[in-house]
Amino acid sequence: MDLYQELILDHSKRPQHAGLREPFDAQVHHVNPTCGDEVTLRVHLSGSDPSATVEDISYDALGCSISVASTSVLAQECLGHSVAESLQTFAAMRAMLTSKGADRGDETVIGDGVAFAGVSQYPARVKCALLGWLAFTDALVRAGVDITPAEAGATP
Amino acid sequence: MTTTVTGAAPFTAAESAAIRGDFPILTRTVRGGRPLVYLDSGATSQKPYAVLDAERAYYTTSNAAPHRGAHLLSEEATAAYERARARLGAFVGAPAHEMVFTKNATEALNLVAYAFSNATVGRFTMDRRDEILVTAMEHHANLVPWQELARRTGAKLRWVDLTPGGELDLTALDGLLTERTKVFAFTHVSNVLGTVNPVRELAAAAHAVGALAVLDACQSVPHLPVDLAALGVDFAAFSGHKMLGPMGIGALWGREPLLDEMPPFLTGGSMIELVRMEESTYAPPPQRFEAGVPMAAQAVGLAAACEYLDGLGMERVHAHEQLLVEAALDGLAQRPWVRVLGPVDATRRSGSVAFVVDGVHAHDVGQVLDDAGVALRVGHHCAWPLHRALGVTASTRASFAAYTTLDEIGTFLAALDTVPAIFGTGA
Repeated sequence: MDLYQELILDHSKRPQHAGLREPFDAQVHHVNPTCGDEVTLRVHLSGSDPSATVEDISYDALGCSISVASTSVLAQECLGHSVAESLQTFAAMRAMLTSKGADRGDETVIGDGVAFAGVSQYPARVKCALLGWLAFTDALVRAGVDITPAEAGATP
Repeated sequence: MTTTVTGAAPFTAAESAAIRGDFPILTRTVRGGRPLVYLDSGATSQKPYAVLDAERAYYTTSNAAPHRGAHLLSEEATAAYERARARLGAFVGAPAHEMVFTKNATEALNLVAYAFSNATVGRFTMDRRDEILVTAMEHHANLVPWQELARRTGAKLRWVDLTPGGELDLTALDGLLTERTKVFAFTHVSNVLGTVNPVRELAAAAHAVGALAVLDACQSVPHLPVDLAALGVDFAAFSGHKMLGPMGIGALWGREPLLDEMPPFLTGGSMIELVRMEESTYAPPPQRFEAGVPMAAQAVGLAAACEYLDGLGMERVHAHEQLLVEAALDGLAQRPWVRVLGPVDATRRSGSVAFVVDGVHAHDVGQVLDDAGVALRVGHHCAWPLHRALGVTASTRASFAAYTTLDEIGTFLAALDTVPAIFGTGA
């Protein structure tokens, strides 16, 4: 089945940048109430404005292959980038995931995230793929970044 | 016990085929044209023509607001609604006047829980000196309303833990049931473990300390012959949609003197006796607990489901489902990379088999099975604390009904065999 791309399986078996590290500016804990998947995620930023660098994303993800792999891709694609770039990556990822198959994703923006294009065909799994990303935007807000509810993923 | 093997025969292949012919949805295909293998009846069952036709007949011939108006249709609607109540009562061994129609089992359990905090006199009053006992295997519907009752009244919530084998730890019962216990709420059959609890023993233990026994019968009434009054409990809640009936209807059964003593839960039209601007008095049960225009069509559909199940014979439905449980347990036992939750002995369980695949999350297991046309439940099945107690995040559950076949268990097991390779966990 096209849902389980090799990239997804690789990321779920070997999640990049996994584990909880110090220092961090904010820590959040998000759950998917339908299945009990959980992620604890920390961010460490060089500042709180859009040009600040995401110095670290560390996390402990407990869940299905889709949610773990998506959190791994998040860390891989956003670490070392600016807050503004990270939010663009998130917006592109979310647009693809909620497109019901219409948006196949742009590799230059979301990198390994394109492996999740198939997830958008399975509405029940979109939440799994967004779990880590929504935790990330929540953590940015708690770290003092001024982003709108729409940017934080309040309503797609 | 209602769960002992009665000697009834499972359905023959010809009978099974005829039963399946009664359920139109079973002919549809899913995911790339594969036949639907529906193993999620524990979440909600499919509906036979008899139920669909009964609802349609009600709407096409007699639809009106029951218990209102004096015109012919209203009289017919009232009669249909009250006949349905009596039919449902007969199905579970209870007189009509002890059957309260609710939106679902969740509402039925809330109705009892709210009686405790709404009462100002009598045995339903509750305060910080009192205790509520539940079990660690409850569905959220039979846990959260009691947590909320404890929060509202200051009463203490306690629970019976599980044995490693997935049964209630009855050795702890003596210490947990005390003269402070006002209510003991427990499930008949666990919706995850499949465990059949010793209801009579639990009800007697509750009564020995003066507590009321509230039974969640959602996973027993659709699958076993159940005589609620004979089980010794005081209240029982179950849903219509899990027993081949429509969605949007469930029932609370309660012993008459207790229902008489209970204050209303939802208030408004239908449930009143006399209304003045300052205050009102209320109708006797069951009307006292049925505020607003009732779900008459769903009640009629549910009565048709009772008729259909009685036509099959609940002993035979149970015998058939036990065969399916045994086949699933046997098949899963041959796969060392699968861990079954709950008792390994089929005679101690009913209706479903939940399991964990080593190294693969339940969502991923379910997705692969779905791709093969096999629909089953993944997640915590509204029993999150139970999953925590078992040390698992989520599980996959295959659950059965009268229309499920041994062939479908075979399709399910074959599809399950593709899981380890896809996720590289080896088999």
